[in-house]
Formats: sequence, structure tokens, C-alpha cells
Amino acid sequence: MDPRLVTAIEVVVGVPAALVAYIWLTERIVTLLPAKARNRVRPWLWLGPALVFLGFFLIYPTIRTILRSFQSRNPRNPEWVGLDNYQWFFTNEGARSALVNNVLWVVLLTVFTVGLGLLIAILVDRVRYESWAKSIIFLPLAISMVAAGVIWKYMYDFRPPGEQQTGTLNAAIGTVGLGPVGWLQSPKLHVTTFALIAIMVWMWTGFAMVIISAAVKGIDPELLEAARLDGAGEWQVFRRVTFPLLGPTLAVVSTTMVITSLKTFDIVYTLTNGNYDTEVIANLMIKEMFTIGDFGRASAVAVVLLLAIIPVMAFNIRQFRAQESVR
Amino acid sequence: MTTTVPPRHATTAAAASDPVHGSGQRRRPGRRRRLFLHLAVLAIMGLWAVPTIGLLINSFRPQSELGRSGWWTALAPPLHFTMENYREVVEQSGIGQAFVNSLFIAIPATIIPIAIAAFAAYAFSWMEFPGRDILFVVVVGLLVVPLQTTLIPVLRAFADWGITGEFLAVWLAHTGYGLPFAVYLLRNFMGSLPKSVFESAAMDGASHVTTFFRIAVPMSVPAFAALGIFQFLFVWNDLLVSLIYIGLANPDNLPLTATMANLVNSLGGGWYLLGAAAFLSMLVPLIIFFTLQRYFVRGIVGGAVKG
Repeated sequence: MDPRLVTAIEVVVGVPAALVAYIWLTERIVTLLPAKARNRVRPWLWLGPALVFLGFFLIYPTIRTILRSFQSRNPRNPEWVGLDNYQWFFTNEGARSALVNNVLWVVLLTVFTVGLGLLIAILVDRVRYESWAKSIIFLPLAISMVAAGVIWKYMYDFRPPGEQQTGTLNAAIGTVGLGPVGWLQSPKLHVTTFALIAIMVWMWTGFAMVIISAAVKGIDPELLEAARLDGAGEWQVFRRVTFPLLGPTLAVVSTTMVITSLKTFDIVYTLTNGNYDTEVIANLMIKEMFTIGDFGRASAVAVVLLLAIIPVMAFNIRQFRAQESVR
Repeated sequence: MTTTVPPRHATTAAAASDPVHGSGQRRRPGRRRRLFLHLAVLAIMGLWAVPTIGLLINSFRPQSELGRSGWWTALAPPLHFTMENYREVVEQSGIGQAFVNSLFIAIPATIIPIAIAAFAAYAFSWMEFPGRDILFVVVVGLLVVPLQTTLIPVLRAFADWGITGEFLAVWLAHTGYGLPFAVYLLRNFMGSLPKSVFESAAMDGASHVTTFFRIAVPMSVPAFAALGIFQFLFVWNDLLVSLIYIGLANPDNLPLTATMANLVNSLGGGWYLLGAAAFLSMLVPLIIFFTLQRYFVRGIVGGAVKG
């Protein structure tokens, strides 16, 4: 038998068992303490394992990376270089185009997924095969971005003009006399970046749709009836009643999409690896880290990504606080 | 106004705004509108399904035809479908081993964080202690921290311990990275369980350990299910974590995603196997999706703040 299987089984059974034993044991010890101390100590014992992991895998490395971003390339004994790595980032042509592309990602991916998600949620609400329609649109979210990349490689496949097109898209536009377009090899006008964004729209529209659809179902139908009886057309009902009521949901979905687009990595790494002017910050970071081996610059790129995400983080926390006060 | 709400089937704008001229004349635009609605929905369903159908069909086509014609030509007779790509992908390209690796990675990396998060979520929900709210806000903040900011120091630590390339490295990393969402989702669920149940348990002298195992965990089964599916799919579909912590050190331990990404990037002769490989990698998510869709959706709607 594969020895790795033995390890895996040991871990699957052993870790939960060890946790239960840990809680049971510490509880025995805690009961020996005076009543007041008991309630002060116990929460920290229960939180302990989680805090260790969060501290070690998220908080400590983030701080280390921020510090590392002010240091030089040398992996053994890096020297302090101040803001040099940031200066490199903001003056370097490649990094600048990564920034521009990430802005495109944030705007287009968010607008299209939320817009289409809203449209589809409203449309399928009126047909009887709603659950079928939703399943089909939602399905791409369950698969990996690498698999989605392969799927769309067949969609975007390109053969020189004159040959028979094997890619779905070029064959389709060929029937009306257009193309063929080298979707995944065209830096001009960001065509390839748009092609990559389209793949993610295909994947994530279902996510927006599911959440928005849940909110649509939560709207009191009597409100809509009242508006209709007052003479409002369907469009007006949507604009004046449905849309404002969906506002908070749309905001939450949008923040998720903004974060997803800022973190975009898998699709770019798999399909173009940043060639054809498709570079993004997350892929640039991996390149600096692995291909070039400059940990100082790679850290600076990661910190830029973190800084871009902080406003969203602040928004999330505010949103969460508002939810809690309602609770 | 609300006293005269018409029955649901008569609520199209046309019928409602013109109650006098009733059905006869007004029906037609309504029906045409329905037709457009159906056409739009069906068109969207078609658009969303075509890419996956194309991949599925191509994965069963012989190598000789893949380069010459599109997948749609295979639908017309004579039919040439073959299992050859699947046979080859499993036997030769290392995809079979990668499939097993993915399972080795994903199952422990799902169970460990959920077990750890359960205790933390209970403490956040039903224990009083100073700093509780601030600490939970930190967890909410950590939900969106990009993994990129953690890679270099964690990789350095793993190298020092000598576990890069081992499954242990990705189990630990996925536990750390998955915990914020796991704690967040479970605490939202556990915290919204009826307070009276916990109060009466405390009155009966039940300890926190008893309350946790007898009440909190059994009542949170739907949340565990949603979280389990979510974390499993997240790990199964992950590329970055395994690429960094396993990648260079031990390619034999790479999961499906990373092996496939290498296959896409290599310009070698394996490209015709990609369809079969991709479909194999989708098999597990698709089975989970179709059997447990309800829980999956619940996890997504319940954890919407997640990044």
C-alpha cells in the first residue's frame, strides 16, 4: 500500500481525535481552577489551535513580507534598500502594464458578472425551468480555473485564415465572414486580456446570480404588486422597487468580485503566463519569486496587491459590523 | 390598493395596467413578451453550456481528427468516438497519479481546518471574553488577505523544516488559509442557533464540552456540510498553493490542477490529451455539484462576505 495513504488516513482520523483529546484534557485542568479564572481561560484554549494557524500562516508571514519588501534581492543576507523595490515597481514598464490590466480586470469582471448575474436572476425568476437554468449557469464555478482554461482553449482555438477553424468562436464568426481572430495571441487593444476576462465572467456569473437570486426571492411580492397597480410598467417596477431593494446584496457581490479580479492568477498563469500583454499583479509576483528569484521585489509586488485589497477589507468589516448590530 | 391584489397568473404589466380591456386584445403582447423571455433564457443556457459540451465531445474524439475539424462536426454521422484519450491520459501522462494526489491533498485539507474551526466558532458564539469582538473582526479582515503576501515567509519556514514537496506542507497551508472562512461561516451559523437551547443546557449543568458535542455540532450539520463542500472544492481546484509548496521540490506529488497546467504550457505532443485530462479533473466537482448543490449554494449565500 502507498505509504502516503497511511499518512493520509492517520491525519484524517488523528487530527480530529487529537483535537477532541486536547479539549477534553484542558477542560479537566480548567475545572481545577477557581470559577472566575475558568471562564477567562477556557475561551483561549478553545481558540488556541485556530489562532496558532492564523498567526503562523496569515499574520506573521504578512508582516514578514512587508518588511522583506524593503530589502534587497539577496536571499541569504538581504540588505535594507528602503523604497527601491517600490520605485522599481512604479517605474517599470512591465509592472505598469500589469497594473493597467488589473484595473481592466476589476472593472470588467465586476461589471459583467454583477450585471449579467442580476439580469439572469431576474429573467429566470419568471420561467418554470428556473432551477435547470441556474444549474447550467452556476456549474462552471465548481470546476478549477485550470479546467476552465482548457475548455476555453478549444473555444478560442485559432488556425491561419483559409484553414478550417477548429475553435468554436472563430468558426462561429467565420459563418458571417469575420475573423479568424487569434484570441489568445493578440496583445493589440488588450484582446487577449478581454478573452481571459470573458472566461472568468463565464465562471463567476453563476456566483453573482445565485446570491442575487436569493435576494430577489426575498422581496415581498406585495410590494411589486402595489407598484404595478399604481400603473408602473415592468421596467419601472424594476428600477424603482426591485433594484433599490437589491442594493446591499449587489454591493456585497461586487466586493467579492473586486477581490477575485485583484487576485486573478490561475487563468493567466495557465493560458498565457503574462505574454501578449496579459500580465497581472499576482502572476508578476510569482514570476519575480520563482523565475527571477528576487524576493525583495516579489514581496513589494505582493504588498501592492495587499494595499489594493485593503479598502475592500475595510468595506467588508463595516458591512459585517452593520449586520452584527442588526442581529 | 393591496386589497385588490390580482391572482398571480394575471400580473403581467399589460393585464394589471389595463383591467378594463382585459385579456382579448392585451394577451398578444404578453404572449410575445413571454416568447422573448423564453428565447433569452434558453439562449443564455445555450451560451453557458456550449464550452463544456465542446470539451466533452472533443475528449472522445480521435487525435487524428482533433486537429482537422471542430467538435461540432463530430455530431454528424459517421460517428467516430473513442476512449483512447482517456486510456492514454490515465496510463501515460501522469494524470492518473495526479488524480490520486488530488484526493490525498483535498481530504485531509478539508477535515483539519473544519475540526479546528468548529471549536473556535463555538468559543466565538457562546463564550464571553474580553476582546472577542475585535478578534472576530480580525478574522473577517483575514478573509481577503491575498495568499501572495504569505508565500515567501511560509515557503522559507517549510524549507527549514524540510517539508516542501510533501503533502504535509499543503495540508498545513490549506488549513491556515481556509480557517478564516471556516471560522466565519461556522460562527455565523452557530451564533444564530436559538439562545434558549444553550441557556437551558447551562441550567442543567452541562459543561461547554457537553454542549458543544451534544447541541452545537449536531445542530450545525447543514453548516458543516456547506463548509465541507466549499473547502473541498477550493482545495481540489487550487493551483497556487500546490504549485508553490510542492511544485519544484517534488513534481510527483503535484495534484491534477498543477499537472494539467504543466500540460497546457508544455508545447509537447500531449495537447490532444488535454480534453480528457480536464474532464477527469472536473469529474469529482461535478459529482459533488449535482448531488449536493443545495448545500453548496447555501455555503455561497451564507458566506457572501468571503473573498
